[in-house]
Amino acid sequence: MTRLILVGVSHHRAPIELRERVALDPERSAALAAHLGQEAVVLSTCNRTELYLARPDDAEELAVATLTDLAGDRAEELGAVLYRLSDEAAALHLFRVAAGLDSLVPGEGEILGQVRGAFEAGSTGPFLDRLFRQALHAGRRVRVETAIGESPASVPAAGAALAQQVFENLSGKRILLLGAGKMSELTARNLVSRGAQIGAVANRTLEHAQVLADSFGARALGLDELREELAIADVVVASTSSSEPILRKADVAAALRSRKGRPLLLVDLAVPRDLDPAINDLESCFLYDVDDLEAVVAETITGRRSEAARAEQLVASEGERFRRWQASLDVVPTIASLRALVEEIRDSELERAGSRLSETERKHVESVTSQIVAKLLHLPTIRMKEAAAAADGVVYADVVRHLFGLGEEERRV
Amino acid sequence: MPMSELLVVPALLAYGEAALAYAGELRGPGLAGRLATWGVRLGWLAQTALLVGQATSADGFPWGTWAGALNLFVWLVVGAYLIWGCRPRYRLLGLAVMPVAAFLLALAWAGGGTGLEQGDDSGLVLAIHVGLMLAGFASLTLSAGMAGLYVWQERRLKRHVRRVLRVRVPPLDALDRLAARGVLAGLGLLALGIGAGAARFERGDVDAAMVVTLAILAVYATLLVLRHEGWRGRRAALLNLCGFALVAVVLPLTHFAQ
Repeated sequence: MTRLILVGVSHHRAPIELRERVALDPERSAALAAHLGQEAVVLSTCNRTELYLARPDDAEELAVATLTDLAGDRAEELGAVLYRLSDEAAALHLFRVAAGLDSLVPGEGEILGQVRGAFEAGSTGPFLDRLFRQALHAGRRVRVETAIGESPASVPAAGAALAQQVFENLSGKRILLLGAGKMSELTARNLVSRGAQIGAVANRTLEHAQVLADSFGARALGLDELREELAIADVVVASTSSSEPILRKADVAAALRSRKGRPLLLVDLAVPRDLDPAINDLESCFLYDVDDLEAVVAETITGRRSEAARAEQLVASEGERFRRWQASLDVVPTIASLRALVEEIRDSELERAGSRLSETERKHVESVTSQIVAKLLHLPTIRMKEAAAAADGVVYADVVRHLFGLGEEERRV
Repeated sequence: MPMSELLVVPALLAYGEAALAYAGELRGPGLAGRLATWGVRLGWLAQTALLVGQATSADGFPWGTWAGALNLFVWLVVGAYLIWGCRPRYRLLGLAVMPVAAFLLALAWAGGGTGLEQGDDSGLVLAIHVGLMLAGFASLTLSAGMAGLYVWQERRLKRHVRRVLRVRVPPLDALDRLAARGVLAGLGLLALGIGAGAARFERGDVDAAMVVTLAILAVYATLLVLRHEGWRGRRAALLNLCGFALVAVVLPLTHFAQ
């Protein structure tokens, strides 16, 4: 009988020094899976490295030895943080991972792609193929049927999500970056990934602005050239190190006259703030500073946790479905033997009658007997699989083997 | 009461269920929203069957009375809402639409507007006139719903409400654009309806309801002109709601005062 074994380390217990030692890039993961042979999948992300093995023999020691090799001189730390799961528990764990429930930020979306990548690079057979396909299904189901992945989990993502709350479609929306800092760049990249375009980068030092502007195909401006750009921008992202506000209410009010009521979202990531808070009082202007964004993120993470409870129920139902499938494997050999026996009897009887039948009659009898066999075996097959799921499968399988004498000839041989 | 007339009961129950379930959607997207959408769909189907029953059993136009017109009006509003309402992001518009729809249908029922074998024989022109006017008002009602949602969501964004991303609301830009389209469609239908009514118009027929209808036309036309000049967003939404106040309050008052 095939057993599923999972051995791994994750961010829950293993420090980053150990995790980076056992972490593998996609190519090395694929090579290791191939080295471990049928059936093996290596899932390695920044938060975890896990080996999934499905073998008739006990593969746990092989998996532990592999991770110990990877850990090198930190191998002695492995014992305390390593987790070993098998069968239903291992499957449930993978479903939780694929659903983002085991992630640092519940519901993060990247993990589903990483699970898919590991599956495609693994050396899978029928067991792990079924397991990983169901894991991907569970991950997708959780994202569709709950709101766990809908809200942003970081300040840059919150800025982008707010922009989508104001504008119907970010495609073609123009971004003005004030400052060439890391945070504004991250927020800008988040907006660009949703279809927006960086129109201009303004900075006190024009050379710094030029470098970032070139990477986005935008134009570089000095901080004294903002008025014209403000009239056409849809989103302003500010993160300069200025100790004084860069934009005051009067500057924005002047630009609003030529905007014809188009909304303007301003995201101020700087401390001290770059944008005068009074700008938020202007009509069609929505100003968010870093505290506002962090409050939004904190709230959405709370929301993700409450959605996680619903997601756990979905994952549990997928786990139960997998358990039933795995249990049904216990009776598969018996079902196969029974079908083979019946087919053998049918074939020999058809052969005996063959000489007395015309070609047309033979085809007709073949078709009729085939249907009789299929109908006769349908219910016992279903019942045996159901019994297997209810833990009586072995008893039923034994009874069927005894009643039909399955395997007796092999034993006699 | 004939069996087909009883269809108003499931329609009313389904609309009521939808109104309650949309309130649940405020806590976050999920089952409540899906239940609400199914309530709207089933209720609308039941009401459609009721209207078909009325149309086939009446001798003339079955929705000529105020209560009958209200029945048809609710059907038009909910039907138009269904175009957007099935999309998850637009579900909350139902919070503005469905309680009103349920209340107005109950009012139509109480006023006898859901019965069979009633109707007047005023002819096809009046039927077209009433149908177009009701469709125009339905469009303005939906537009006002979007304007109301705009004002609510704009306030939440301005006040930096922490839960602003947890409740799925259409983007402000989309609400503004759809509200304007609703006004444009409503104005067009009203103009056609007035044109159809003018065919039966005789000197001395002028009444307060006509004057208010023309005032409504003027307000909404002004809104569209101002919007073209840059009056978008909150100001446009508030003007839209003012126009709707004329539709929802002043027009019925002048009608019943006659």
